[in-house]
Amino acid sequence: MSPRKSTPKMRRLSDLENIIAAAKESRQKETKTVIAVSSGTCGQARGSNRLIEAFKKALKQDGLRDRVILKATGCHGFCEAEPNIIIYPQGIFYQKLEPKDVSNVLNQTVLNGEICEDLLYVDPVTGEKPTKEEEIPFYKKQKRLVLGDNPRLDPTSIDDYFSIGGYGSLLKVLSSLSPEDVIKSITQSGLRGRGGAGFPTGKKWAFARAQKGDLKYIICNADEGDPGAYMDRSLLEGNPHRVIEGMIIGAYAIGAREGYVYVRDEYPLAVANVTLAIEQARKKGLLGENILGTGFSFDLHIAKGAGAFVCGEETALIASIEGRVGEPRQRPPFPAVKGLWGKPTVINNVETWGNVPIIIEKGAEWFASIGTNGSKGTKIFSLVGKINNTGLVEVPMGITLREIIFDIGGGIPGGRKFKAVQTGGPSGGCLPEKLIDLPIDYESLTQAGSIMGSGGMIVMDDRTCMVDVARYFLNFLRDESCGKCISCREGTQRLWEIVTDITEGKGTMEHLTLLEELALAVKEASLCGLGQTAPNPVLSTLRYFRNEYEAHIKDKRCPAGVCKALIRYSILAEKCTGCLACLRVCPQGAITGELKKVHVLDESKCIKCGACFEACQFDAILIE
Amino acid sequence: MNGLEVQAEEGWTLLDTARFYGLEIPTLCYHDGLSVFGGCRLCLVEIGEGPKAKLVTSCTYPAEEGLIVHTDTKRVIEARRMMIELMLSVAPYSKKIQDLASKFGVTQVRFKLRNEECILCGLCVRMCAEQMDGRAIGFQNRGYRRKISTPFDIRSEECRLCGGCIYICPACQLRCQGPEAETAVCNACLTLDPTCLDYYNELQCWMYDAGRCGTCVREAPKKENPLASSKP
Repeated sequence: MSPRKSTPKMRRLSDLENIIAAAKESRQKETKTVIAVSSGTCGQARGSNRLIEAFKKALKQDGLRDRVILKATGCHGFCEAEPNIIIYPQGIFYQKLEPKDVSNVLNQTVLNGEICEDLLYVDPVTGEKPTKEEEIPFYKKQKRLVLGDNPRLDPTSIDDYFSIGGYGSLLKVLSSLSPEDVIKSITQSGLRGRGGAGFPTGKKWAFARAQKGDLKYIICNADEGDPGAYMDRSLLEGNPHRVIEGMIIGAYAIGAREGYVYVRDEYPLAVANVTLAIEQARKKGLLGENILGTGFSFDLHIAKGAGAFVCGEETALIASIEGRVGEPRQRPPFPAVKGLWGKPTVINNVETWGNVPIIIEKGAEWFASIGTNGSKGTKIFSLVGKINNTGLVEVPMGITLREIIFDIGGGIPGGRKFKAVQTGGPSGGCLPEKLIDLPIDYESLTQAGSIMGSGGMIVMDDRTCMVDVARYFLNFLRDESCGKCISCREGTQRLWEIVTDITEGKGTMEHLTLLEELALAVKEASLCGLGQTAPNPVLSTLRYFRNEYEAHIKDKRCPAGVCKALIRYSILAEKCTGCLACLRVCPQGAITGELKKVHVLDESKCIKCGACFEACQFDAILIE
Repeated sequence: MNGLEVQAEEGWTLLDTARFYGLEIPTLCYHDGLSVFGGCRLCLVEIGEGPKAKLVTSCTYPAEEGLIVHTDTKRVIEARRMMIELMLSVAPYSKKIQDLASKFGVTQVRFKLRNEECILCGLCVRMCAEQMDGRAIGFQNRGYRRKISTPFDIRSEECRLCGGCIYICPACQLRCQGPEAETAVCNACLTLDPTCLDYYNELQCWMYDAGRCGTCVREAPKKENPLASSKP
């Protein structure tokens, strides 16, 4: 990696202007090839660190260090393709690399300009092999306003951020905009909170600004607790300065002197990168007293979570920072009026803060031209579950579910049928196939019985049991409830008990009525968002998949073949080739048979683990 | 409030206002001498009108200029009933909760009975901390694992055996008023049959003082007493 001279502390606005201009110029003039290795948490889990070591070694050995820059970037978003690299300036995208591929990449592509065909992405439907990032269907329909800079940046370098024009929006704000101008711009852009509730951001800032007193706070909610959601992690790991820039602008707008980034402890890389970024910003004079000689002072601290999902709720989060137990409290008063330490506090999600610099840069009108009438801009979704192209997807509001799941997501693996998509995490609901052309925005999702939430999108196929899905989320919620109000604490527990009974074949039709009655009571009587939305998974699955509940109750059958108490495994004699594959993997010795003779499954020994089903190549295992 | 124009003083909650005007709202975790908690959800009232109307706990919600409040709408009563049903499923033998059930027409419990007595209303915690300045007990864990106990579940050095927690508990009210209490329902433990220790796996108070009073663990003399708690 080429060494970089670090820029000194900036004391005037013109210093920042010059630094950004110089960094941008230096990046433009760069003649070396840049290899960007996706190294977020997911990339590292798939071996990107070993890959980087292999590249480093090869670059040194082949004497290429003065021709190639190796950059460990944040997450590129295409998790299915990890570990992946992008080679600039051509923009060539290689996926699923191993250390042994390094020499081919260097010799063929970097030195000779030839494509390594075996490292290209292959479209599962058309078989095509696009070479460039923007040609890949996963990326084509996205609009990566927030996450798009990840592949171009070394997240541990503030200079790299300057080189793409980073902190240019802050410069604009401090040079030529008043706090009221900033709030006006954010309001006109139509930006809504990306944490889930979708409250108009400009309105929240205006409330806080209007409060008397000169001690105010801003907080970045990076607690991201929804199972399956990791967009905030990716942004914090890959582009922490973007979030910090947004926060400094926000602090200026409402008049705050101090801010906190509350990040969950389970994100060590995000914690590390944000901590480093804050230190760097401070050293350069972008945080602290009298920033760039403007008289505006602001500093940021890190506060770590301790493993409670409920601390993503804003009042519980504030209690946590204050050192109290993470329990929500009643609102009003809202945090914008009375928040951290009783002072006016603006608390926004990571993605919301990440949108601020680009709104300032390109203008409110430009931002408002993207999206629908009620929901402007883009939203990052974590597309996971039974989907071919797992990853983080940033799309304009108003795009349909069909486009995300099929055009971007590449459809369901194994040629299976799409059944439902769960949006909004444990507070959200499941949407069935008939709603696949639903345009995504805050209102449309709520009307359909789900919510936008933080952006989790779990795709399910015909082998997913919807009753089991409801049970899964209820189990999560009863564990994470803070326990203060009986409606949520007892309510989620009892809802879970009833749904579990149904999955075990002990359900009655009266249970369905009771479920709906209890679900409504929990929704109405609970203090905070956790309890108020806890019944959503049950209510939405009852609404769209009632027949599955009834099958579990009346027929004692699980149509998807999931609920262990209601399914039985057997071997189809007409398909069995006697290959011994299932016999070998069965942990209970429940399968007997000889080579080339039809095998037999002893149900009394079967624990329904599914190992035989996975092993059989002839579809001879029947689950019903 | 319920169609009647009312006036509240600065700092009053909706519950304070309702009580001043003689409107009855049931409560459990609320107590005049202790801070508000808002956990039992019995004092729910409906505020606002139309699609944005919602239920809030009147004991915590501050009185607001122009606020429209209804204390007994269908929404409120149905939610209240479900809260009582949930409480009954946890503490079916508590007289206080049984009384609430008969008052509000809760005639069935459709959940599995747990017979735990504690409904986590937090009165004992606040009594110990605020009135008795002991802070010997508190909430532990969250969600369905939540319980009230001393730090690390060991005998507390802060506990002065005042019996305040037992006194204020709505679930175990008639069972024990503390040793040598002088009320008419005192020494109920003398008439307990079976004794507390026979019935539960451990003593149901934090006094840990079987030596001093000991009535709850002694073999209870079999007496005719109309106030004796019935055999479970």
